[in-house]
Amino acid sequence: MTQNFRTWPIALVLGLLSAPIVLMYLYLFLDTVTNSAAGSLIPNEFTLEHWEFLWKTPPGRANIWKVALNTLIFATSTSLVVLTISSMSGYALSRLNVPFRRSLLAGALVLHAFPSVTLLIAIFLVLQMVGLYNTLIGVILVKAALELPFGIWIMKGFYDSVPWEIEMAGIQDGASRFTVWRRLVLPQVRPALLALGLFSFLAGWSEFILPQVLTPGNEVQVLSVYLAGLIADDNNFDMALFKAVGVFYVIPVMILFIFFQKHLMNIFGGGSKG
Amino acid sequence: MRILLENFTKRFGSLTVIDKMNLEVKDGEMLALLGPSGCGKSTTLFAVCGIHRVSGGRILFGDRDVTRIPPQGRNVGVVFQSFALYPHMTVGQNIAFPLEIKKLPKAEIEKRVVEMAELVHIGNLQERRPSELSGGQQQRVALARALVRKPDVLLLDEPLANLDAKLRLEMRSEVRRIQLETGITAILVTHDQVEAMSMCDRIAIMNEGEIIQVDTPVDMYDSPRTEFVAGFLGNPPLTYLRGTRTENGFALANSDLRIPLNRMGNLPAPGSPLSLGIRPENYGPRGDVIIAGRVSFIESQGREMLYDVTLSEGSVLRSIQPVNRDVSLGDKVAWSVVVERILVFGAEGERL
Repeated sequence: MTQNFRTWPIALVLGLLSAPIVLMYLYLFLDTVTNSAAGSLIPNEFTLEHWEFLWKTPPGRANIWKVALNTLIFATSTSLVVLTISSMSGYALSRLNVPFRRSLLAGALVLHAFPSVTLLIAIFLVLQMVGLYNTLIGVILVKAALELPFGIWIMKGFYDSVPWEIEMAGIQDGASRFTVWRRLVLPQVRPALLALGLFSFLAGWSEFILPQVLTPGNEVQVLSVYLAGLIADDNNFDMALFKAVGVFYVIPVMILFIFFQKHLMNIFGGGSKG
Repeated sequence: MRILLENFTKRFGSLTVIDKMNLEVKDGEMLALLGPSGCGKSTTLFAVCGIHRVSGGRILFGDRDVTRIPPQGRNVGVVFQSFALYPHMTVGQNIAFPLEIKKLPKAEIEKRVVEMAELVHIGNLQERRPSELSGGQQQRVALARALVRKPDVLLLDEPLANLDAKLRLEMRSEVRRIQLETGITAILVTHDQVEAMSMCDRIAIMNEGEIIQVDTPVDMYDSPRTEFVAGFLGNPPLTYLRGTRTENGFALANSDLRIPLNRMGNLPAPGSPLSLGIRPENYGPRGDVIIAGRVSFIESQGREMLYDVTLSEGSVLRSIQPVNRDVSLGDKVAWSVVVERILVFGAEGERL
């Protein structure tokens, strides 16, 4: 490939501009496996003591593996609920003659734009009343409900781009409307399902405020709340431990991104017609 | 199986698209629904296959009233304009899909898929996906999928519109061959008169939701019922001379041209307006009555030449002839018309 301008000046400028964040990430990792003398930036010894939380549970704190498992359950279930409901309601709103279709779509959009923090106290009261306070199921349902408007809109946009003829052909071939959806239409929107699944998984993984308020107990704690608990601990605040847990928290996200970034891009490929 | 539409009516909201239409497609026949876009031909087709609900009247397959039966229960095969193959399935899976829905045993499905693939000549493509096929091959797969269930009726919605010109010619005869081999009753929706005439036993020509005429291609071409039908069939289309009836024939308006007519019996009284429809093949060096004019346009079609001749008062007649290099643009010609073949229309466009 011939280039009509030199790239190194651009690379230099961009490199300089992004240096701070690259350095921050570098030190985030470096500080978890090394010790440095006070006031110095150069590490002077390798150590794994900051990762001790993986095999030692300090008194009063939740077990990290239990917390990680909770986070995984929380994110996965949220993602599954969002996928199941959006893939069906998106189809209904795109193709079926639903009464109040336009108002439903507009309502979903409003809900999507609605800041969820404002609902927090109401949700807290409701969960307590129905006995789901401090349970994973409760917070999963709430998180999934808040993610749904986005999911429904995305899925509807993808369904809109599936040609009608495929469904008509399926019906002529003798298949029921449900079979047509499951066997003929759903495979056409597979990229959307994959992307939406990943998005809601990541949204669940990084959610903080809902679990913080709705599942404060040690048994049902998730990683973000665990991490926040470390900052809040004034007595023995440990910066390196905080960083180590942070790295532990972010690794699964990084892995997902590396493997699925192409699919994540897809979500912006499906147009959404009103 | 015979298809019968009785007083078929279709409304979209308050708009009546088709009002009390009657049509019979005979058993084993291939019938073309021909008409300009928006004439209601696709609406009729979708009512027959059950995608559109009928607003009034009845639809019968044989003696079975299917008016209220959902599409899944009608046993109709449809080939869509865009073929509508299932993109995530291979050719074999596409053809097998209707049988899987019927829950036939695996061995039976395999056998029938192979048979069908042989019939439409795609036996070697079963493992491919639709995106890896040419337009003609996709068309064949669509036909196979529509026919594999052994439907009572085959419906074709503009099946050749998405193919390029050469393939269209090939698939025209292929579709007809497959229809004849299976002996299935078929309805072909098209706006292309060449397709309708070359592929079908009979043509039902439609305009604005109404069937104007149902006839064999040859009879419809020779004796169209209205100016609309005459103009729709035949390429290049016929041209008209407009004037009035005289004692023994026709007088062109604003001109002293007189044409004697053969069958005067059913013509209106002298002085009433008449239009003469003249097909390009009936105007040329050989004929009965000379109509002179100046060549105003020449189009070469290879084997034949198309000439537009403008008369002194402004009417234009078209002539199609074997290539004739003696005639060039602007020449005065004194060609004549075959009186026997003139189509006479009244003031309302009705044939007289």
